[in-house]
Amino acid sequence: MRRIISVLMENEPGALSRIIGLFSQRAYNVDSLCVAPIDDSSLSRLTITTQGDDKVIEQITKQVNKLIDVLKISDLTEGSHVERELMLVKVGTRNENSRAEVKRTVEIFRGKIVDVTPKNYTIELTGTSDKLDAFVQTIGQTGEIIELSRTGVCGLSRGEKAMRP
Amino acid sequence: MPVCAIPIQPIKLMGVFLVEMMSGAAMVVRALKDVGVKHVFGYPGGAVLDIYDALYAQEDVQHILVRHEQAAAHMADGYARATGQTGTVLVTSGPGATNTITGIATAYMDSIPMVVLSGQVPSMHIGEDAFQETDMVGCSRPIVKHSFLVKRAIDIPEAIAKAYYIANSGRPGPVVVDLPKDTVNVQENHPYRFPEKVQMRSYNPTIKGHLGQIKKALKVLLKAKRPIVYVGGGAIACDASPLVTELAEKLKLPVTNTLMGLGAFPGDHPQFLGMLGMHGTVQANKTMHNADCILALGARFDDRVTNNVQKFCPHAQIIHVDIDPASISKTINVHIPVVGSVKTVLTQFFEQMHEIDENERKDQLHDWWEQIEAWRSRDCLAYAKDSGLIKPQQVIESLYKHTQGDAFITSDVGQHQMFAALYYPFAKPRRWINSGGLGTMGFGLPAAMGVQVAHPDAVVACVTGDGSIQMNIQELATCLQYGMPVKIISLNNRALGMVRQWQDMNYKGRHSHSYMDSLPDFVKLTEAYGHVGIKVEKPEELDDAMARCFALKDKLVFMDIAVDQNEHVYPMQIKYGAMDDMRLSKTERS
Ligand SMILES: Cc1ncc(C[n+]2csc(CCOP(=O)(O)OP(=O)(O)O)c2C)c(N)n1
Ligand SMILES: [Mg+2]
Repeated sequence: MRRIISVLMENEPGALSRIIGLFSQRAYNVDSLCVAPIDDSSLSRLTITTQGDDKVIEQITKQVNKLIDVLKISDLTEGSHVERELMLVKVGTRNENSRAEVKRTVEIFRGKIVDVTPKNYTIELTGTSDKLDAFVQTIGQTGEIIELSRTGVCGLSRGEKAMRP
Repeated sequence: MPVCAIPIQPIKLMGVFLVEMMSGAAMVVRALKDVGVKHVFGYPGGAVLDIYDALYAQEDVQHILVRHEQAAAHMADGYARATGQTGTVLVTSGPGATNTITGIATAYMDSIPMVVLSGQVPSMHIGEDAFQETDMVGCSRPIVKHSFLVKRAIDIPEAIAKAYYIANSGRPGPVVVDLPKDTVNVQENHPYRFPEKVQMRSYNPTIKGHLGQIKKALKVLLKAKRPIVYVGGGAIACDASPLVTELAEKLKLPVTNTLMGLGAFPGDHPQFLGMLGMHGTVQANKTMHNADCILALGARFDDRVTNNVQKFCPHAQIIHVDIDPASISKTINVHIPVVGSVKTVLTQFFEQMHEIDENERKDQLHDWWEQIEAWRSRDCLAYAKDSGLIKPQQVIESLYKHTQGDAFITSDVGQHQMFAALYYPFAKPRRWINSGGLGTMGFGLPAAMGVQVAHPDAVVACVTGDGSIQMNIQELATCLQYGMPVKIISLNNRALGMVRQWQDMNYKGRHSHSYMDSLPDFVKLTEAYGHVGIKVEKPEELDDAMARCFALKDKLVFMDIAVDQNEHVYPMQIKYGAMDDMRLSKTERS
């Protein structure tokens, strides 16, 4: 099962490598990973999407929490949550027809064209991973994907629930 | 909570506050003193020459010069196991640092508090593949509790204070402090501020158990008709032995110790069933398997204990007390987890327990004890003595006799280790010192040396094998330099016995590379190092030789004892079976 795990940790050199190391050392999956400092810049928030049954997720949570640099950890998928991922994709457009088709698809998916050349568009799209996947599939039929880059998932719990130091 | 509030400890002089100025190297030594470190095991080299200079001509911290950095780590480890105090290692960058890796991993697997101070190339050269540069923080990452790469000299006291705090709190473990050469430069002085108290917002181990869980646990434990207490190294780490004994005696509970827990509950106590697990006793494994309630105290359901987890103790409600939440329900699902130190949680147990009627307890467990005694009466540790050869078991029994069961015994890894664990009933904690988790051959001798440094007047013996002893034999020189009268009891079977045993059992006796064809003359070798060697070849010589060995109180003695090469360690669990599926000898099964 897909899980989104959020980690609040000291923003210190080495902290990230400890988490990554733990995942490979204990043979846990990492599907995506997204990390940046928060409002209090002495802390970083890291979001990992991973796969595993309840037992595996429980172990991941405990092992990550055991790392000295880690303050808090929570499994966002346990409750209702908001998740977003950002993608930039450069699409080649063979002719006017294809250019129009790409533009229309971008509009339908509420994306943005952020760079334009006569031969391609660079598109920005935000949403759930599923939406991004769907967009990639659709756009691949109308234009030619030259390159793409995704940030990985970041997320927060809905409502009052929050992860604070 | 504040971010590591570190108050300055200023010195007041004529109404003015002064902060002491010193070099980074001097800070290292001074911080060690302020932490309370008395002994450092180390080996010098380019990156740590400044620190070695600061160690010169001072008496606060005594340095013991080893012959190989791996041994320095094992010495610090043995020192820590025998005392509960953090062991300290000091090595240079590159090869000095990487040589400690096996020692760090050994300490990590057994949760031993240790701090390794490693030199590093100057900060400005990190990443350039400079001479003797290795990424020590990276190399050691999977086998440390935490690590620090110090960036500035003024950060040294705080890093060292934190390192010791982390190493010896919560579930203990090794911590690496990597010190780039420029941070310890003796030419530059900086203000020295040692933190009065270490506080970390991201690290707050749970010591006290959850009251609700404790009440639940007690209810199940007191109701149980077939209970057992399963005690591991965690009970020793927090010095909970007296409480374990009190609980067991009060409730008339049978007790088994893990390999790491030997001595946590007295080995000579009538309620003790012996060690459990792969080479555990029949009564311990049977009692576990048939129990309706298992109280696990600081033990981690290791695969060398459980055998096949699918068949593990099918009738038991499991209560697991452990300071590390990640150890709970890792391999075996437990019913009542209690996170906390065994010592504190047992204290809470007693607070919650109403008056116990001893006779009522006896009645309640009468049938259970009767069953246990029936299992015990099989005497699974009996062995044949008729071969005209010295039996390894006999050596351990003789060792027990000549040390009155009161020595510190370290061991290496192999058959001799299991014989020592089974045939020397440890009455006290911290007396049995072995590499349980990693199974590191070469651990025994340096560990014994570390114990001897901690307890200069104690009797310290290292039970070893002809294979293991050769993995750190160079330390005989260190023993001479510092006058360490360690007794080496080498069970010489001219073989990598444990490997050979598995080959006998699982590979049709094909002894692929498990024999030692050109052993040195250990007596001569020991003499060359300036010590005493004694060779023993006949059963009838054993006792006298052992007596001679322990009479030489101030000498290191190497006992090279020729033992029966064909002896196997029994009992032994049968692979993929339940806990109590065991071989009792080459032909019998449980
Ligand atoms: C460093 C290391 N290498 C290999 C092993 C695998 N191993 C376990 S026991 C053993 C044989 C030990 O031989 P010896 O020290 O003579 O003890 P014996 O079993 O003969 O009593 C070996 C090779 C190990 N535990 N540690
Ligand atoms: Mg041997």
